[in-house]
Amino acid sequence: MPISDTSVQNPASSTAYRQFFREPLGVFGLVLVVILVLAAIFAPYLTDYSPNTIDIKSRLSPPSSEHWVGADQLGRDTFTRVLYGTRIALKVAAWSISLALLGGLLLGMIAGYGPRWLDNLLILIFDAVRSFPTIMLALAIITLTGPSLNMVILVVVITSIPVYARIVRTQTMSLRENEFVLAARSIGTGWFRILYLHILPNVIGPLLILASMDIPVVVTIEAGLSFLGLGVRPPTASWGTILADGYAYVRNTPWLLVAGGVPLILTTLGFTFMGETLRDVFDPTLKRRD
Amino acid sequence: MGLYFLRRLGLSVAIIAVAMSILFIITHMIPGDPVSIALGPRATTEMKEEYRARMGIDLPIYVQYGRFVSHVLHGNLGKDVFSGLPVLNIVSSQLPHTVILVCVAIGWSAILGIILGCFSALHRNSILDRFVGVITVGAIAIPSFVVSLYSLLLFAVTLKVLPALGAGESGDIADQLKHLILPGFALGLGWVGYIARMVRASMLEVMGENFIRAAKAYGLPETTIVSKYALKIAILPTVTLLGVGVGNMLSGALFAEIVFSRPGIGKLIYDMVLMRNFPVVQGAVLVTTALFVLCALMADMLNSILDPRVRANL
Repeated sequence: MPISDTSVQNPASSTAYRQFFREPLGVFGLVLVVILVLAAIFAPYLTDYSPNTIDIKSRLSPPSSEHWVGADQLGRDTFTRVLYGTRIALKVAAWSISLALLGGLLLGMIAGYGPRWLDNLLILIFDAVRSFPTIMLALAIITLTGPSLNMVILVVVITSIPVYARIVRTQTMSLRENEFVLAARSIGTGWFRILYLHILPNVIGPLLILASMDIPVVVTIEAGLSFLGLGVRPPTASWGTILADGYAYVRNTPWLLVAGGVPLILTTLGFTFMGETLRDVFDPTLKRRD
Repeated sequence: MGLYFLRRLGLSVAIIAVAMSILFIITHMIPGDPVSIALGPRATTEMKEEYRARMGIDLPIYVQYGRFVSHVLHGNLGKDVFSGLPVLNIVSSQLPHTVILVCVAIGWSAILGIILGCFSALHRNSILDRFVGVITVGAIAIPSFVVSLYSLLLFAVTLKVLPALGAGESGDIADQLKHLILPGFALGLGWVGYIARMVRASMLEVMGENFIRAAKAYGLPETTIVSKYALKIAILPTVTLLGVGVGNMLSGALFAEIVFSRPGIGKLIYDMVLMRNFPVVQGAVLVTTALFVLCALMADMLNSILDPRVRANL
């Protein structure tokens, strides 16, 4: 039975937290995620270098006590660039997932609560946009606008809104026939108040869990496009641009490729393990839906 | 049955229509002269005039849209103003390279994924099952383009056992096959994980069914039960997944093609993006999207033939 009032504590949630901390993979994921966030926030304090300072003397140098994972073709400290790259990755993820969640919630609730014809139209658009390969859409748009981080965010938002909206729609449809919603309607509550006060709190939990599992997808898209030179512009440090430098100098040093790829893998592992455990603990029914 | 096919087909047509509209409209949504935006700074005035006349830029926008759609439906994706070749010819000359790569990737990942999945399900909770579980999650976690870069680094640059760049000498089959190994590996690795997880889950479900228990009670050997009865049903969700997989790989191949400098549709699109040659990008993206939708459609149709329960849920 869904609870409409968020101030009522769900008695199951405290045991769910305890259950989460008993799952080793979930805790491992959480630790990785916390490390990433801390690295992004405290990047300037964790290194003595700046990400764009050129030092030709240490050009393409291997790992040493001065440069922990070596330096790139301009002698910039790779460890520092990876740290600052975390900021770009998480910034893109935070912006695009928040905007996509907002859009998905709005359109999903409209589709689920509004008239039937609107629902059918929106579903058609959702399915059409969702089956557009993200990278292809990104390339088509970037050909016209030129590369920029905002375009990457825009494309991710456009292609993720339908995914969230579809889930919100299904939830809204099953909730709208519930007694507490019918009761609210019977005393003349307006549709906006019903959606905002009664539907939204019940929809948002599972949605946030799914969104946390989407973060690595977004981070990978940003890195991929920046690798192609279509996202972040040099000299800005991003995991993608570090990989691009590594690819260009693959015959000189392996360290740039290693340094750019490993954080991407750890991000994916961290958010996936954390998200899957959260999902299993809080809402096992979601497992079957995706 | 007929109704389901019709609705599913209708959806696919609608998706392609929306894709066409998006590709048509984005040139007009960006402020500025659509012709200059589409062709970039390298285009000469004559090229721009030619493009302007063909697109009918001075006509009302709905007439332009109608012309664009009718051209596409007649198989006319326009002309590349820089080389003068029809876009359809350019795209179709690159497409076979990508299709071969995708076939290799989906082929090996499906075979290995199904074997690992079955194996895990039959030895549930054993150490080997856990091991396969970790491996599959790892395979999914590494982004495909990082796999491409790492396998290039390891096998082509450090160990020098496999060729790194290109598609091989035309005519020399052995050389071409060698050039397929690394990109095929990189593209397929993540899917081994997806497929193994999917097969394991559905296999576990099927092995608990009554007809399997009956077969066990009759004393049939386990290999017969698995290969003759269980796998046939457990494979169904994987069929849909493979359809989605082929579709995703068509666009995912882009990175493998770029990293290994392999000709193909992804490399073509990337080169054209860098040259700011929108007409070719538009045509190639449209073809890729259409193939993507077609794969998903075929997978769903096949699945509905194999499993009638699917038809109830559209």
